[in-house]
Amino acid sequence: MPLTCLEEGSTLTARLSGEVDHHAARSLMGQLAGRVETALPMELTLDMEGVTFMDSSGIALVLRLWRQMAQLGGRLCLRNIPRQAEKVLKAAGVDKLVPW
Amino acid sequence: MKPLNEVKLTFLSRSANEGFARTAAACFAAQLDPTLEEVNDVKTAVSEAVTNAIVHAYPDVLGTITMRLRILEGRTLEVVVKDTGLGIPDVFRARQPLFTTGGEDRSGMGFTIMESFMDSLKVRSTPGKGTTVTLRRRFSPRLGA
Repeated sequence: MPLTCLEEGSTLTARLSGEVDHHAARSLMGQLAGRVETALPMELTLDMEGVTFMDSSGIALVLRLWRQMAQLGGRLCLRNIPRQAEKVLKAAGVDKLVPW
Repeated sequence: MKPLNEVKLTFLSRSANEGFARTAAACFAAQLDPTLEEVNDVKTAVSEAVTNAIVHAYPDVLGTITMRLRILEGRTLEVVVKDTGLGIPDVFRARQPLFTTGGEDRSGMGFTIMESFMDSLKVRSTPGKGTTVTLRRRFSPRLGA
């Protein structure tokens, strides 16, 4: 699961790509949480354009980052969500918590 | 119900096999000429079922997972994911949204996703003996078919 991050001012943008499943999620979660702890952004944007598959492991990932950003007094945004991943997130009601 | 076609796959409960299992299910389903959304729904539900077996049936050991795929009458795909692991003490509770014993890495939405993305979900489990998850999805009619 390749991850690239871009820090601009108080915004951290993380571009995800590949498959976000249980196999990939733990490593991805660790990388992302570490980047947030280092950058302490006010906004974290997850750009999901390159995500080719996502299951409920992705829901756990998004919710954990949402909580982490809330603890920092910041916010999480999702961008460019592919249709399959969007359906998974909506089935869990994540769209009511996190804007995109 | 007699299947029109059937395959059975057995694999170890390694997380690397999650992608293998959902891709195999999608390839088998392709003979019914499903839409892209239907294929994605099947892949998502299979991923949830197999991940549940890997995470919850065999938390500390490697075990065996069997996935049986069948084509039934009426453009229906049946997926059965079976393990012989720990089993689920309370299936009703386990099927509730957000319920998980998997910690922060899990969302507790696996069964909810399976229910939402497939037409039917059955879960049979015996503590100490294992769990069998049966999913069915009827694909939409295709023009000219």
